[in-house]
Amino acid sequence: MTLSELKPGSLAIVESVQLSRHGQALAKRLEAMGIVPNRPIRVLRQAWFGGPLHIRVGSTTEIAIRRTEAKMVLIQTNGTTN
Amino acid sequence: MNCHSGTTAIKATKAVKRVALIGMPNTGKSTLFNRLTGATAFVGNWPGVTVDLLQAHININHETVEFVDLPGIYDLNGFSEDEKVVQYFLESFGVDLVIVILNAAQIDRQIRIALQIKALGLPAIILLNMADEAKYYGVEIQVNELSKRLELPVFLLSAKYGRGYERAYREICQKLAESVTTHKITNLKNCLSEKADISVEEMENILTGAVQMPSQIAVNITQQIDRILLHPILGLPLFFAGMFAVFWVVWNVGLPSQDIMDKITGWLQTNAIEPLVSPLPKLAQDFIVNGLWGGLATVASFVPLLVLFFMIMAVLEDSGYLSRSAYLMDAFMAKLGLDGRSFVMQMMGFGCNVPALMGTRVMRSKALRLLTMLVIPFALCAARLQVFVFIIAAVVPNGNGVLVLFSLYLLSFVAAIVTAALFQGVFKNEEPFVLELPPYRVPTLKHVLLRGWGEVKQFLTRASGFITLGCVAVWVVTNLPLGATGLNTIGGQIGQFLSPIMEPIGINPYLTLALLFGVIAKEVVVGSLAVIYGLGADAVTNQIAGTVTFIQAYSFCIFCLLYTPCLTTTATLFNEAKSWKFTLFALAYSFGLAWVASFIFYQSALALGFK
Ligand SMILES: Nc1nc2c(ncn2[C@@H]2O[C@H](COP(=O)(O)OP(=O)(O)OP(=O)(O)O)[C@@H](O)[C@H]2O)c(=O)[nH]1
Ligand SMILES: [Mg+2]
Repeated sequence: MTLSELKPGSLAIVESVQLSRHGQALAKRLEAMGIVPNRPIRVLRQAWFGGPLHIRVGSTTEIAIRRTEAKMVLIQTNGTTN
Repeated sequence: MNCHSGTTAIKATKAVKRVALIGMPNTGKSTLFNRLTGATAFVGNWPGVTVDLLQAHININHETVEFVDLPGIYDLNGFSEDEKVVQYFLESFGVDLVIVILNAAQIDRQIRIALQIKALGLPAIILLNMADEAKYYGVEIQVNELSKRLELPVFLLSAKYGRGYERAYREICQKLAESVTTHKITNLKNCLSEKADISVEEMENILTGAVQMPSQIAVNITQQIDRILLHPILGLPLFFAGMFAVFWVVWNVGLPSQDIMDKITGWLQTNAIEPLVSPLPKLAQDFIVNGLWGGLATVASFVPLLVLFFMIMAVLEDSGYLSRSAYLMDAFMAKLGLDGRSFVMQMMGFGCNVPALMGTRVMRSKALRLLTMLVIPFALCAARLQVFVFIIAAVVPNGNGVLVLFSLYLLSFVAAIVTAALFQGVFKNEEPFVLELPPYRVPTLKHVLLRGWGEVKQFLTRASGFITLGCVAVWVVTNLPLGATGLNTIGGQIGQFLSPIMEPIGINPYLTLALLFGVIAKEVVVGSLAVIYGLGADAVTNQIAGTVTFIQAYSFCIFCLLYTPCLTTTATLFNEAKSWKFTLFALAYSFGLAWVASFIFYQSALALGFK
């Protein structure tokens, strides 16, 4: 499952970041922002009209990320939400 | 070429030791830089405030030491313009010490930069800044243990409030006293890929046991504010309401303060300037009193309004709301081929277009940068604010002026939107959008006051440069040939010569002349109106009210908002785009758009029977 499918409010664990058409550049940026394997990740809210997601990585970093970019982040949920 | 030792150590022969501040964006590098050197580098709660090298010199241990504030970097292998600045710096200049600044609250991911610098073999000390926030979030850091593992000095710090500063400063001095060699990385690319590709495991190994991140954070103020400001329905209306409130305050507090300034400059004129110049010939008197003093005094009357406006801007920029507005607007901006950051630059442009243009360096895609730079000059900057306040106050005597002013801000957005929509096909980009949302922060009073004071200083430099130049030029063309008056002067002739273009948009030859000189700097428009009419600010206001109708004045405002930006903006546009073609295109386009927009407005208003 990818980050773009995660419901607002639910928690997941980052599995990996896929390489996109942006190649290394985007993957590196996401890594620097803390989106690395095994890190908890949570969607706090989504903007309307297909706008970006407001997510929290780890416990103290918050990021706005477009849904297309969120598709590059593979995640695992434990079936539990909230 | 390979990377053997990481860095090349050079025997320090030069007199000045150099210290560089390196860290991720928005970690407080400029805040610390200012504290260390007493400089006034731009500080704001937005990743990518600093986009260029800044140097300052201070004396430590009886030696001159150069401190260099650098743009924030996510990765030393970065690709955007601001990150290239850092690469260029490390490759071209030797450093004696690197101060690595991390946001202590985000040490779990920011430790990477510290490890990269260490791997490169640069002499470094690690400062964990924002210790106050880390504590608030419940991040626990065993500083001594961390220092042992990193084999580098590590300190907790609050650069903003000064906590831990003394200790950090002593360590910096100590390190500099010990330093005998300067370090330079001749082959950064290879060094980085060989040594500085830090894995997640390495980071974990350093942190586990020494740093305890909270597993969950309690609901805090930032989250509560976000619930309202990022609300899907309320978010945007609140944004515009906030904007309106700001200009309401600027209008209602700024305008009365102008009268006070007018009283002061008026008093100076009758009691100091006029007696002083009375022995001079009539023409020289007229030049000094009506040319120089009249123009400058009128522009000076806006200083209190500007100070107030920039103090509000300082609060906005330091609050963390800019990133939020990018989040709110991104979906819409994406449809225009821009992204949320373009919108933020537009808002920064309300202060001055120049830093906003430079701020686009955080964008990697050239096309996105160019498209954003094409729309930024339409942002209604503080200089144009003065022109509009001046004109609107003259022709809209009742309390509706602030509505008229606000409509021009909306128009400024509309012009940007139309432009982006027209040219998004030319400047196509696929730039990803990922942006940090820092917590809300409250600026210190000192910071806000300094920013206001900075504007006064700015005004004084501009007044002694561009503005004086503009006013003098205007006086000359409106007083030659000798003895001529009004439309018979050179200036009047120029205005009349252009009237076939300006007449259809309702702009008279006098106002045309003011616009012409406004290309130098927009403040000159205000100053030159005073000079052209040869009257003090008060009298000019009456003169305009008597000779210019409301729709002519509004058409003038539309034109002034959109036409050719000031010289400094144009120069910046060229420096950033590095293309004559693009710069000339931007100039020609904005002029064309200004004329078309004014024409449509003026002619429809006439057709509808307005006078
Ligand atoms: N709470 C807290 N805020 C701080 C501290 N130091 C800096 N800040 C705030 O953090 C924000 C960023 O500060 P800057 O000094 O502009 O950061 P920078 O690293 O220069 O940022 P860029 O130039 O964008 O890379 C500002 O809002 C500062 O007021 C601190 O010790 N504690
Ligand atoms: Mg900075």
